[in-house]
Amino acid sequence: MENLIALLIAAPLLGAAVLLVGGRRLDAVGHWIGTLLAAVSFGIGLVLFADLLGRSADQRTLTQHLFSWIPVAGFQADVTFRLDQLSMTFVLLITGVGSLIHLYSVGYMEHDERRRRFFGYLNLFLAAMLLLVLADNYLLLYFGWEGVGLASYLLIGFWQHKPGAATAAKKAFLVNRVGDMGLAIAIMLMFATFGTFAFGPVFSHAGDTSEGRLTAIALMLLLAACGKSAQVPLQSWLGDAMEGPTPVSALIHAATMVTAGVYLIVRSAAVFNGAPSAQLVVTVVGAVTLLFGAIVGCAKDDIKKALAGSTMSQIGYMVLAAGLGPIGYVFAIMHLVTHGFFKAGLFLGAGSVMHGMNDEVDMRKYGGLRKYMPVTFITFGLGYLAIIGFPGLSGFFSKDKIIEAAFAKGGTEGWILGGAALLGAAITAFYMTRVMLLTFFGEERWRNRPTASPAEPDVEPAAEDRGTRAEPHPHESPRVMTIPMIVLAVGSVLGGAFFSIGDRFLHWLEPVTGHSEGNSPLSALTVTAATMVCLAIGVAIAWAQYGRKPVPVVAPRGSLLTRAARRDLLQDDFNHVVLVRGGEHLTRSLVYLDHTLIDGVVNGTAASVGGLSGRMRRLQNGFARSYAVSMFGGAALLVAATLLMRAV
Amino acid sequence: MSFPLLTATAVLPAVGAIATAAVPAARRTAAKWLALAVSLGTLALAVTILVRFDPGGARYQLTESHSWIAAFGVRYELGVDGIAVALIGLTALLVPFVMLAGWHDADQLETGSRRWRPTQGFFALILALEAMVIISFEATDVFLFYIFFEAMLIPLYFLIGGFGDRAHEHGEKAASTQRSYAAVKFLLYNLAGGLIMLAAVIGLYVVAGSFSLTEIAQARANGSLHMATDVERWLFLGFFFAFAVKAPLWPLHTWLPNAMQESTAPVAVLITAVVDKVGTFAMLRFCLQLFPEASKWATPVILVLALISIIYGALLAVGQRDIKRLIAYASISHFGFIIMGIFAMTSQGQSGATLYMVNHGLSTAVLMLIAGFLISRRGSRLIADYGGVQKVAPVLAGTFLIGSLATLSLPGLAPFVSEFLVLVGTFTRYPAIGIAATFGIVLAALYSLVLYQRTMTGPVKKEVSAMPDLRVRELVVVAPLVVLLIFLGVYPKPVADIVNPAVKQTLSDVHKTDPKPEVEAAK
Repeated sequence: MENLIALLIAAPLLGAAVLLVGGRRLDAVGHWIGTLLAAVSFGIGLVLFADLLGRSADQRTLTQHLFSWIPVAGFQADVTFRLDQLSMTFVLLITGVGSLIHLYSVGYMEHDERRRRFFGYLNLFLAAMLLLVLADNYLLLYFGWEGVGLASYLLIGFWQHKPGAATAAKKAFLVNRVGDMGLAIAIMLMFATFGTFAFGPVFSHAGDTSEGRLTAIALMLLLAACGKSAQVPLQSWLGDAMEGPTPVSALIHAATMVTAGVYLIVRSAAVFNGAPSAQLVVTVVGAVTLLFGAIVGCAKDDIKKALAGSTMSQIGYMVLAAGLGPIGYVFAIMHLVTHGFFKAGLFLGAGSVMHGMNDEVDMRKYGGLRKYMPVTFITFGLGYLAIIGFPGLSGFFSKDKIIEAAFAKGGTEGWILGGAALLGAAITAFYMTRVMLLTFFGEERWRNRPTASPAEPDVEPAAEDRGTRAEPHPHESPRVMTIPMIVLAVGSVLGGAFFSIGDRFLHWLEPVTGHSEGNSPLSALTVTAATMVCLAIGVAIAWAQYGRKPVPVVAPRGSLLTRAARRDLLQDDFNHVVLVRGGEHLTRSLVYLDHTLIDGVVNGTAASVGGLSGRMRRLQNGFARSYAVSMFGGAALLVAATLLMRAV
Repeated sequence: MSFPLLTATAVLPAVGAIATAAVPAARRTAAKWLALAVSLGTLALAVTILVRFDPGGARYQLTESHSWIAAFGVRYELGVDGIAVALIGLTALLVPFVMLAGWHDADQLETGSRRWRPTQGFFALILALEAMVIISFEATDVFLFYIFFEAMLIPLYFLIGGFGDRAHEHGEKAASTQRSYAAVKFLLYNLAGGLIMLAAVIGLYVVAGSFSLTEIAQARANGSLHMATDVERWLFLGFFFAFAVKAPLWPLHTWLPNAMQESTAPVAVLITAVVDKVGTFAMLRFCLQLFPEASKWATPVILVLALISIIYGALLAVGQRDIKRLIAYASISHFGFIIMGIFAMTSQGQSGATLYMVNHGLSTAVLMLIAGFLISRRGSRLIADYGGVQKVAPVLAGTFLIGSLATLSLPGLAPFVSEFLVLVGTFTRYPAIGIAATFGIVLAALYSLVLYQRTMTGPVKKEVSAMPDLRVRELVVVAPLVVLLIFLGVYPKPVADIVNPAVKQTLSDVHKTDPKPEVEAAK
């Protein structure tokens, strides 16, 4: 059975190769090839899942060794896969949601002349992401890690002719590279400490080394996680990444790739468990990001960017949970999966709205769309209820558990983290209600006006301007797009309850991640009640502001916080001034110094050797050629001499 | 006597060079095909070496030894270890591609005159250079090595100065001035290095009484040849200086950007992918074996210089306006990695450095040759003159992206393997330097992707709107190299297996063992 693991990756990889090398001949069928191979991978995943379920809990780790990747003395990196409950969960999420989004893209990208290539990149992404979660050592994981980075780069910049897309793609790759540097250093530290970076030996020997070492490794892993999962301080790329086509935002920048950081931390539980101070940093990063993302999400008028802020925030919850250690690992992954459902669904819904609105992304130019797009409205609405944690829906179960676990950490930390998580729940309810109201309720603000963006110089053109701009005629999307939305909506509604009833998810993952109950100062019921109150407050404020009053089409100036939040809380301005400008000055001065100083010294030496610099040029030219001729002659003589000697 | 395979591999291109040069002016297409056939023949011989070489066997194999200048004990001694085999393979592999890529480079120099034969000259010089590079990889006699180490400057000088790049923002005259400046600068730099090395070579003879690498190394290993510490250090410095110029190591690097900028892309590939490798190769073969103690003595300084090269080269690459100059500075950064790997003196570092030499050759060839195709279409080397090329020439842009990704060491492509090995190998012994060098991977992403973004993406510039995509000949050059980059990124084992035993030998020469992992050391 374990021989099937490689096929999980091979199927989409084959698709990528065929679609990218195949050329125009495949234009007519390329998207179906891509979708089919994604579905094949999902099918294999289901077969393996059934096999795992048939085994006892401690027999559920399968490994497959393919070949030796980098064999150098003392350094052994193999292409070996490990399928256990944790990677199985990811495999199903990646291939399942992935297949749905492939299907959706068939409709969404229908009019794009480069659709075949788009599917090639999507398949490439699936292969890389599966490699990431199936790798049995950190170097192979790194391969997948940068592989998804590449796919993300290609897909964000899919509309390369738009400077905004090209810049966003490059930015995403670069910020991620900073994180990747952390992963590289972590691997080097592991190698220096354990002599290996394979999961098994690293985890079993984690106890043999000092806490300082483990903390260093853990912090470097956290840096990597921050890059990939858009956590503060490496979060700045995610908002810009919305330049990519919306299915990409749904699959890569919401459901799967951005959650890889959480996977990394949970996978490295053995390292983090031995490094409490690093864990504290993880929780702080998570808590800060969940608030940061939520605040940014409140201020954005671009529907995709509002959702991107939300993604950041929700991953903040997961990172927070992962930082709590065995109290939180399972819930981090559970929230990751339910978030995969509802956030992918929300993005697909947003894409469906844009599809019907001439690719307009400004929610201030939406309004009252529920009448025109009933399926989109209902599926988006269910996703909305799920994310704010409406009782009974997915987010209710998974988020509630995280808030509970945060309090259960105990002490002042527990109160602060738990408080932050509660506050985040209130803000989530606010910004999501805002999105919902602006898009589907209220006046039809798109009437009687072309939906071109206002000519503000600092506003990027709409993310996907392919059509011409006329008054939109909102309409429901074709079935190939609505079916995936419906499936994801079902997952958003039922997933949480299915996982939680009888603690199914907990029992499934516990053998890999371990689990412990903390000592919560609050009862589970109190936490739930508090969450509900926060939820209600958030919804109420949003209703007061966007439901009762008409919404202006042009955004009001807003408070200082609003304006800062629109600019991603000034993080980008900071980056621009310090890194971009500073870097430009540095490289320019170095270019100048290289020419004047280093080359100057060399030229000066040459000049002083040659006497007067005026004569040097003439001398050089004559010198070089005559020298060359004599050298050539000499070499020829020597060769001749060799031959003579050998003849003798 | 068995067939002298190593000699044949060097003699074939040498004879081919003479034959190519002798082709009549009117038959210049025939000269091209002749040269290409010779380079393919050489590749076949190199493959034979690869097949005949037994990684588990003696250190130097396929050896040949003849007395030559008996009075000075100079011998014609050849032999290859795994490192040399890998680099001969790289050289023989790249030359045919370089020729194909530069198929028309000399055409523009044709005047129609019956006596002036630039095409023949161009291809003959490439073959002559190949012969000299190959024999430097094979020579196990220090003097023999020295001769060809120096002699290869001559064909290269003419290739840079005579057949340089004509695309210049300030016109043909400025191009010509720049070209001769670059050629002379290249020559003087390397001659200076060579002269100092010559003194050291003579000094070595005085001390050791022999030029034979194997004899001296053996005598040093069994203690029968003692060198005073000072003497060893001076001799080491003499050798190292020449190699560091050729490699090139900061701050001896300033000739490379000029030389690569002013050469046509194929010649630039020969410079950085092949000729410069002789420098790093010679550090491994001569510096470490002949002067193990001095090598260790100099290690801290060399590592710092290598680190500076990595960061400095990358930062300078970020700041360039000229495509080829950018690639040149990127190469300086990569040479920093190679030298760092060599002097970290760990198995991972040195195996990584050797693989790096091969992989860097491949990745730079892809990037530089495609850049050359691009430049020949638009007639400009300036990055700002391009934009939106992916829209009109998607295959060119796609392969250029693969080259860029290889340059930034993306996993899955060959350079990642070597770069990571070098980093790990350095880190286990010098953690601070290893971590600092890791910043190089961020900067590499910056200069590679900025280059791609500025030239290939965005709105299509008017001047590039009619640009044709890669032609068949160009695709024949690029596709196999891309395939090789991917293959060696996923399955580097064949090359690693050849290289590893040689690295083990070299490490035992310098009496170094890998640092033990902390967990094991504690037990």
